[in-house]
Amino acid sequence: MNAPAGAEVTRAEVCAAACADAWRGDGEILASPMGLIPTIGARLARALFEPELLLSDGEATLVGGVWPVDEPPPPAAAEGWVPYRAIFDLVASGRRHVMMGPSQLDRYGNANISAIIGDGDFQHPARQLLGVRGAPGNTVNHPTSYWVPRHSPRTFTERVDVVCGVGYDRAAAAGPSATRFHRLRRVVTNLAVLDFGGPGHSMRLLTVHPGSTVGEVRAATGFPLHTDGEPGTTRTPTGAELHWIREVIDPRSRRDQEVPR
Amino acid sequence: MTEDQVVAELRSGMTIGIGGWGSRRKPMSLVRAILRSDLTGLTVVSYGGPDVGLLCAAGKVARLVYGFVSLDSIPLEPHFQTARQAGALRATEWDEGMLQTGLYAAAQRLPFLPLRAGLGSDVMRVNPELRTVRSPYDDGEELVAVPALRLDAALVHLNRADAAGNAQFLGPDLYFDDLYCAAAERAYVSCERIVPTGQLAAGADPTRMRIHRWMVSGVVEAPNGAHFTSCAPDYGRDEPFQRAYAAAARDPDTWKRFQATYLAGDEHDYQRAVTAGSRA
Repeated sequence: MNAPAGAEVTRAEVCAAACADAWRGDGEILASPMGLIPTIGARLARALFEPELLLSDGEATLVGGVWPVDEPPPPAAAEGWVPYRAIFDLVASGRRHVMMGPSQLDRYGNANISAIIGDGDFQHPARQLLGVRGAPGNTVNHPTSYWVPRHSPRTFTERVDVVCGVGYDRAAAAGPSATRFHRLRRVVTNLAVLDFGGPGHSMRLLTVHPGSTVGEVRAATGFPLHTDGEPGTTRTPTGAELHWIREVIDPRSRRDQEVPR
Repeated sequence: MTEDQVVAELRSGMTIGIGGWGSRRKPMSLVRAILRSDLTGLTVVSYGGPDVGLLCAAGKVARLVYGFVSLDSIPLEPHFQTARQAGALRATEWDEGMLQTGLYAAAQRLPFLPLRAGLGSDVMRVNPELRTVRSPYDDGEELVAVPALRLDAALVHLNRADAAGNAQFLGPDLYFDDLYCAAAERAYVSCERIVPTGQLAAGADPTRMRIHRWMVSGVVEAPNGAHFTSCAPDYGRDEPFQRAYAAAARDPDTWKRFQATYLAGDEHDYQRAVTAGSRA
């Protein structure tokens, strides 16, 4: 299938396909995307190459098929009831792969969504954010990936203020019960795709998006990035993927608000 | 009962669990009654939303046990942020699965239950009272010993209840309301409508009757009582009102006007002001 004539591939579309690739090979597990681009990616993955993935409507229903990001799914698409306690059970079972949006992320994959401490301490933070949410449990129970819509040294920090999502160094220090099911898969940003294949599970730059450069990525990262040779270029979505993104999953181009053209 | 009668049974310094999730099916009319009361120094356990924000803004909370506080469609709760950034309360921030486990342990009269969540994270650092426990079996796994979250009182809002305290959720999720009730010394249910017991089964499948009279000490009929949080299918979240609340909460002067308009009187005054506001 070909992309609509004359429509150039956007950065948001490259990011969505890169997010979809995070769930490649996962099989019959719950894909839990946080944020718009990962949501597009998860639906794209199921539509095209990972048909057994489970997806929820963001409330309490498992839904089959593919539906637009800014509409509720058709009621007949329901295939299961998953209230929050069922999601907690799924987390503990390991049959889930979440893609979360960290406010801070360090080179070993420790992630902060709780608070920016600044000059204070935990009981007196400079800026309160969401709280640790389910990040501690997610990261020690099942695969976790991260999505960062604005790759910057403020997000990619040497140390995070509050370890919510557990990184490789902290999991190792906590012992075998923390490492047993701990897997950080990949980090997708508006500039690049990274993983934790560097020395000691440190962050490694895999590919840079078309139009971005390795220098730009390094300058936007607050710690040294490992590379194996010269990083390649992130793949562009296939014609079929562009069709699904543009015609079915995000027909009103909400993706351009998360990653501007 | 009335909201004020429920609050008259509470005491300063109590540990109070509040049901619902984020800005969904919160017992807001009971929370508003606490705002009008002399209660102070509360420990609040909540999957937090505007319940937590309002109680923080009124200076009622000494300690908060939570995994997050959010308005859902507005990610951050401004009053909660202000309270935290002022160091105005003791924060016990846990993984959200730990809250469920702690409530479950309390409901089962156990001192703790083991959980993997928390290991390796700063939840263990910022809550130094947390302990781990080693499996006595061959695996030898070392897990978090989540302490029981025993509640002096639980406040939950359901769609329907009978006068005895049997209550029913009609929306997509019970959340953890049954665990809050079972973990509490005394649980109070507010509901959209009190109906004869026979009408509960007529209204929906019996699997939705998940709050039982043995758990419940009192029932309050509170139409629109979850406002401005959602109470599906009776009503959705009042998004314009929530936006006005969040904007007011970010600015002390606007907040004073919001308080004068909505929170100066009793629950009837509140509901009248909401109706008047939505017509304006």
